[in-house]
Formats: sequence, C-alpha cells, structure tokens
Amino acid sequence: MNWIIDLGANTLFKVIGIGRAFLMLTGALIAFPQWKNVSLTIKQIYVVGVQSLLIIMVSGLFIGMVMALQGYTILVGYGAEGSLGPMVSLSLLRELGPVVTALLFAGRAGSALTAEIGLMKATEQLSSLEMMAVDPLRRIVAPRIWAGVIAMPMLALIFSAIGILGGHLVGVEWLGVDSGSYWSIMQATVEWDKDVVNGIIKSIVFAIVVTWIAIFKGYDAVPTSEGISLATTQTVVLSSLAVLGLDFVLTALMFGIN
Amino acid sequence: MNDNLVEIQNITFSRSERLIYDDISISIPKGKITAIMGPSGIGKTTMLRLIGGQLKPDKGDITFAGKSIPSMNRSTLYQTRKAMSMLFQSGALFTDMSVFDNVAFALREHTQLSESVIETLVLLKLEAVGLRGAAQLLPSELSGGMARRAALARAIALDPELIMYDEPFAGQDPISMGVLVKLIRALSEALSVTSIVVTHDVNEVLDIADYVYILANQKVIGHGTAQEIKQSESPLVQQFLLGQADGPVPFHYPAPSMQAQLLGEDK
Ligand SMILES: Nc1ncnc2c1ncn2[C@@H]1O[C@H](COP(=O)(O)OP(=O)(O)O)[C@@H](O)[C@H]1O
Ligand SMILES: [Mg+2]
Repeated sequence: MNWIIDLGANTLFKVIGIGRAFLMLTGALIAFPQWKNVSLTIKQIYVVGVQSLLIIMVSGLFIGMVMALQGYTILVGYGAEGSLGPMVSLSLLRELGPVVTALLFAGRAGSALTAEIGLMKATEQLSSLEMMAVDPLRRIVAPRIWAGVIAMPMLALIFSAIGILGGHLVGVEWLGVDSGSYWSIMQATVEWDKDVVNGIIKSIVFAIVVTWIAIFKGYDAVPTSEGISLATTQTVVLSSLAVLGLDFVLTALMFGIN
Repeated sequence: MNDNLVEIQNITFSRSERLIYDDISISIPKGKITAIMGPSGIGKTTMLRLIGGQLKPDKGDITFAGKSIPSMNRSTLYQTRKAMSMLFQSGALFTDMSVFDNVAFALREHTQLSESVIETLVLLKLEAVGLRGAAQLLPSELSGGMARRAALARAIALDPELIMYDEPFAGQDPISMGVLVKLIRALSEALSVTSIVVTHDVNEVLDIADYVYILANQKVIGHGTAQEIKQSESPLVQQFLLGQADGPVPFHYPAPSMQAQLLGEDK
C-alpha cells in the first residue's frame, strides 16, 4: 500500500512544483518593462549571450564541417553533390541550429543561472532584497528571462551561419564542390518563412523553456551545497529533455502536415 | 497609540508540522534595544521573518506601528518594509557589487536622489561604521567583521525606524564583537531607531539591551530588563544564562530512547 501513498505524494509534489514555477514566471513578467530593468537586462544579455558566443561558434563550425563531410560521401554516389549547400543549410536552420544551441545554452548558461540564483538564495541575498522592499522576481528573475529569450535566437542564427561557412570550407575548399552551386542552390531552396522564421520560432520557444527551468530550479533549490548541485544537474537534464521533446512537437507542427 | 513599535500578539507558528511558537507575545518598545535570546534552532530568525512579513503566523497577530503585518496586501507590505531593515546572519551583501553600491542600492531603488547626493549619504553611512576607506572593495575582499559592518551600513541607508539584527555577534572575534556592540548602541542612540537584537551571546547583549526576552520550548520563558533577567530565579533562565548543557531546556532533540533504537525495537 505504501507505494500508492508515495505515488500520490510524489504526483502532488510535482504538480505543486509546476504551479510554483508558473507563479514565479507570472510574478516576474507581469510588471515588465521598467526602465531600470532594461539596463539590467542588457547586462544579462552580455552574461548569457556574449559569453556563450565562443562555444556556439566553435560548435557551429565543427557541426557544419562534419555535415558537409558526411553529406558529400552520400550525395556524390548519386552525382548530387551540388545539393550539399541546401542540405547543410536546411538541416542547420531547421533543426541543428536551434536544438544544439539550446542544448549548449542549457549546459553553459542555464547551469550557471541555476547556481547563481541558488547561491543568492542560500546566502540570503534574495531574502535581503525582499526585506529591502525590492521584489527579487522583478529585480533578479525578470531580466534573466528576457535576456535568455533575446540572446538564444541570435545565438542560434550565428550557429547556423557559421555552420554553413564550415560546410563551405569542407565541401567547397576541401572536397571540390563548385562554390557557385553551393551558394546558388542554397539560395534557391531555402525559404524565408518556412525555414528561417520557423527556426527562429523554435529557438524562442526553447529559450523560454530553458531559462525558465534554469531560473526556477535555482529559485526553488534547497539552500545548501547539495541542494544547489542537485538543482544544477536537474537544470541540464530537464531542459535537454524538454528541448528534444518540444523539437519533435514543433517539427511535426511546422513541417509534418502540408 | 502606545509606545510599542512592534507588537507580537499570541502567535502560534509551525513549520513542516513542527511547532515553533506556542501562543507567545512580545512587545518591542519604540527607540529601545530589545534582545530576543534563545538557543539555536529555537526560531529566532523565524521571529524576524515573521515581523518582516516573509512568513505568516498560523494564529495571532503582529503589528508594526499599529498596522497588522500578516493582513497587509503585497504593496502595503513592501511600502512598510521601507521603514524596517534587517541585518542577516550572513550579512547577505550583494556579491556582484562593491561595498559602495551595496549601501547605495536601496537609495537608488527607492529615492529619486541625484547620484552626488547618494554619494554623500553613502559615504556618511560608511563613515559611521568605519568603512569609508573600503567603499570600492568587493564583499569577497572583506573580513567577516567588516562584512557585518558593511551590511549594517546598508541596513541604515534609508534611515529605518526599526533595525533587526540576526545574530550580529556570531562567529566574530572579540575585537569585532566589541566594535559591533558599540555600533549597535551608538546607532540606537544617535538615530533613535528601535532595535531588535536576536542572539545567543548572553554577555554582549545584556550590556546593551534595554529589555530582554528569552525563548525556549516554544514559549517566552522569561523577560525583563537586563538587571531583572540577571537576577531571575527561574531555573530555565538560569540554565540559559549560565550555559548549562542540560536542564529544564533539554539538550536532546526529541527522539525514542537510545536503548530502544539500538536494540532495534519498534517505537
Ligand atoms: N525553510 C524551513 N522549512 C522548514 N523548517 C525550517 C525552515 N527554516 C527553519 N526551519 C526550522 O525552524 C526552526 C527555527 O529555525 P530558526 O528560526 O532559523 O532558528 P534560530 O534562528 O533560532 O537558530 C528550526 O528548528 C528549523 O529546523
Ligand atoms: Mg538563526
């Protein structure tokens, strides 16, 4: 009988957690925008965005190069190596750009956000803000959520752009695909709203989910060292799973049905 | 209205099914230093959080300047908090800002003062705690005693009516302890603020407190002026003042008997 009780208690606990997460999100976003918060948001864009640039660019470069290499060996068998450009660019813009960026973002910026906010809680900085009549949801949480939502789509676009250049490097410079056809067939195939805009929409959805999970896990962490390390792990695991699951749903909605 | 800034009236409070306060009442007189003493884990920090409105009592009422804290709505509560400040046990300085910016924080948030006026005010507050020279240091570059004093400068930035000190002496060396004792006394006299000092350091606080409450076993076990407390004949109060390990206040957290537990008997 005990497991039934446990199951019930666990479910209740999870549902209450989700409820708290929603309360945090609404509490943080309802009051925006305030002028003071704009400069805080810009600072956070620097922290989560600019400081993630290097890892995003290096990963994008390698993924573009690997895709050109793999794509070339398959396409050349059909004499279709001219389609390398669209293959690389479409996979990047539609899937790999948003998804890999979100996964890297969760590992690089998400975990840092959780640890930062968890530590602020453990060192009573959040309580201290409350007692100074400053709402930590508006002061700490809101700028970080906005920064994530603004930075991640840009990072994803940069990722895709560098990936396409990496594909060019391997496909054209190294394996000898015609440079003109790499670019021109790509231009003819990639559609603005279907491919680029859908990729950006995906990226915005991932950004909301990843930053929300990261910040909530920090905000809700048990304020001890184990609590914070557990919360950090959970951020990376949960947001990676959420990104992959949502990607399937979004792809089905965007590209599945014609 | 009476002379008490804060009135705690018959509150009962429990946390995760553990009773912390059982129907207790405390009055904090205006402009005086009131000490609340008790062993660790008795709920001293909890008391300050209740006064600050971060927690709500299960029963009873807490008033600040005659207004009930638990029944305030959010914006009134935030407005009221501008008149109180709390010195957290850890100092709780914002680690990403210099000492100067920490002290300037509330001024920048809650006033429209120009940056040059803020600078003057901040330097005055830092001078009061002897840290004007440390204005540009980061909290990580301060010693424990300096951090406590910087937090104190931040706590008085908005000239509050009430300052709550959570274990201000814990973990301090004798010199910083002396400095803090003097500062608390001096601030109380110079600014005529009301102070609540929560602590288990008996000797320091009996020197400066005008009135003392001692908490144990979910109750107030004794209260009075420092003099009355020292002369109290209550065994509970004596145990606490003399630091005896066991007595009317049990040393052990409630548990089944050792024998039963070791022999693996049920209950
Ligand atoms: N967030 C919490 N959840 C549940 N119980 C808590 C929490 N914080 C403190 N407690 C419990 O409340 C009691 C009083 O804590 P506290 O007010 O911090 O004691 P003190 O400051 O006197 O050392 C402790 O027994 C502690 O276990
Ligand atoms: Mg405490």
